Amino acid sequence: MPRFELGSYVEAFILWLLQNAGALFDGIGAVITAVVEAVTVVFTAPPWWLWLALLVVLALLVRGVGFAVFALLGFALVSSFDLWTETMETFGLVLVAALIAAAIGVPLGIWAARSRAASRSLRPVLDTMQTIPAFVYLIPVVLLFGIGVVPGIVATIVFSIAPAVRLTELGIRGVDSEVVEAAHAFGAHPRQILREVQLPMALPSIMAGVNQVIMLALSMVVVAGLAGADGLGTIVVSAVTQLDIAAGIEGGLAVVIVAIFLDRFTSALADRPDSSLLAKLRARRATAPTASTTAAPAASSGAANRPAGAAGVAGVGAGAG
Amino acid sequence: MSTLDEKAPVATGTASPMIRVEDLTKVFGSGSSADEAVALAADGVGRREIQERTGATLAVHDVSFDIAPGELFVIMGLSGSGKSTLVRLLNRLIEPTSGTIDVDGRDLGSLGDGDLRTLRNERMSMVFQHFALLPHRTVAQNAEYGLQIRGVDAAERRRTAEWALEQVGLGDRADALPGQLSGGMQQRVGLARALASDTDVLLMDEPYSALDPLIRRDMQKLLVRLQRELRKTIVFITHDLNEAMLLGDRILLLKDGRLVQVGTGPEILASPADDYVAEFVSDVDRSRVLTATDVIHEPRITVTLDERPSDVLVRLGKAEATGAYVVDSEHRILGVIRDDRLGHAAATGATSIDRSALVEEYRTTEPDRPLIDLLHQVGRNPVPLAVVDGGRLTGVVPRGAVLAALSTHPEATHPAATHSDSTHDRNGNV
Repeated sequence: MPRFELGSYVEAFILWLLQNAGALFDGIGAVITAVVEAVTVVFTAPPWWLWLALLVVLALLVRGVGFAVFALLGFALVSSFDLWTETMETFGLVLVAALIAAAIGVPLGIWAARSRAASRSLRPVLDTMQTIPAFVYLIPVVLLFGIGVVPGIVATIVFSIAPAVRLTELGIRGVDSEVVEAAHAFGAHPRQILREVQLPMALPSIMAGVNQVIMLALSMVVVAGLAGADGLGTIVVSAVTQLDIAAGIEGGLAVVIVAIFLDRFTSALADRPDSSLLAKLRARRATAPTASTTAAPAASSGAANRPAGAAGVAGVGAGAG
Repeated sequence: MSTLDEKAPVATGTASPMIRVEDLTKVFGSGSSADEAVALAADGVGRREIQERTGATLAVHDVSFDIAPGELFVIMGLSGSGKSTLVRLLNRLIEPTSGTIDVDGRDLGSLGDGDLRTLRNERMSMVFQHFALLPHRTVAQNAEYGLQIRGVDAAERRRTAEWALEQVGLGDRADALPGQLSGGMQQRVGLARALASDTDVLLMDEPYSALDPLIRRDMQKLLVRLQRELRKTIVFITHDLNEAMLLGDRILLLKDGRLVQVGTGPEILASPADDYVAEFVSDVDRSRVLTATDVIHEPRITVTLDERPSDVLVRLGKAEATGAYVVDSEHRILGVIRDDRLGHAAATGATSIDRSALVEEYRTTEPDRPLIDLLHQVGRNPVPLAVVDGGRLTGVVPRGAVLAALSTHPEATHPAATHSDSTHDRNGNV
């Protein structure tokens, strides 16, 4: 059996890319760096208590009191570990990576849902991206983009993009075919059907995909730290290299807190639980005697449909406060 | 027992058909196997054998029919008969393998994508078995869907949607979500969506099959009422022959993708095209399908006021009757004259009938009343039930004619005869 020198070919290709398309990668890197830095400034510039307050309020709005208490205690703990800046850097890194992954993954998912061929050819690619050890592509990525936040982001995107594609495809394919047929029967353009029927009805599935993207992105934080990205990853990496159990535990716990927060937050955006402050506000508006026809559609999210019960809960909440 | 209101009369006449279908065939399968299947089907090979030999499914084969404007046309068949495919061929949700469909004179097959979308949006709307509403939109937003696609401005579209919802009895649920409504109410929204589009043609794919029997009955009444007011061209798909007979101006029977018979309900009842149809119609509740017109008789005797009572008595005797309708020159019923009163008048030597001698011992009905409504009216008076159309006496329905119609069998020797006889006895003895 002759030796097939695949590794050498890929290596040669990467080196060729580096020599001939270096400027392109530098450009991409510069854009990503700029975006990450801008986002990081937003997260790190204000005093920690301001962001803490904001996160608690957000938690209250989308999910309810319990989640708000978790956010308060969790992020207070992170602050007391002296890991606030790193946590906010990780926040920025994960959000940018997840945003790019979703921006690429959702359209790919739509494409896969509309074309069997696309679906068939995407599947092995996604399998590869999800399972190939991150360190393997970290080396060429670092070569192409240099040490820093960019290879961290790119590696995170590669690893975390699959659920965005898969769950978008699944969601769109799962839309009741009779409803799509009805849209056709009323003369809707395929674009209108996508925008007004398929995407809204697939939204829970797509949001579940985005949620998974974020969770996978968080699991890449340490790898990103290895590649030179700032944040909690760096803390964990240095703890590992110095065998510092205490620092490792604290850094790891901070990652978990961020992960739980982002998971509950994004899944609440998809599910819209009744306990959320937003739902209660909507319910109150829906039951108000002045509710006009323009307000009514806004109140039509599933959450607002039990005005009596929701108002009762709101009343109890007000009484307790 | 409740019955439906009268049907709207069939719109026949000189108008060209709203929908004309010619030699329509649909085969599901890849190119070569489909061609082979079409060839086999033309030789009269059955659907199952075609499936085994080519792998292609013959869904609809060589079907032709016309639908008149304003007609409620029912396509009836059991599951797998190709009826759902056929209705989807009518708006090209499914592309035909061969054959043509003209809608109001336009050949559907010649339309490009854009023109086809315009035609679907402006000329044909559709109601679906499982409602097919957008769950994230309110009832009103669902109802205005067709208009939204048409680009109608928001205020007008809302107005039209509210009108349509009013028509189907959901005026107060405009801002509810479909998920909050029962199945019957959701289908009302489906109907409102079709009505709001204000298209000439309404395709209804088994719209009531997923509903409870009582709700279904309400929805059938609603459709009959709406159709009387709006006069759409409706293609209604069902697997329920009673529903077909109840609603359809004409019925197309489909079996294994092939047309078996087209005709009005009474026509199909009276002369089924083959054993399959005969067996089928043996289960039909004739008392709801046949109307007074189907059993109408020329009155044996009618009388005018200026006749000599003694002459009338003679005629009554010949007709073996004990009373007769007295009509004016316009054939309007003035009342009934009984033989005993005639006897008195004849004894006094009167030369004409005195109006005060007339009695009100008679009942009337309209020509399109189903027999079930007549059962308790016939045989109660000395004169048979009068059929009155536009105030005029057009004929009578003797009790015997009703009972005969309910127990008549198109083919007395048919194996299903015993079964259906018992059905008819039951109806006859109500």
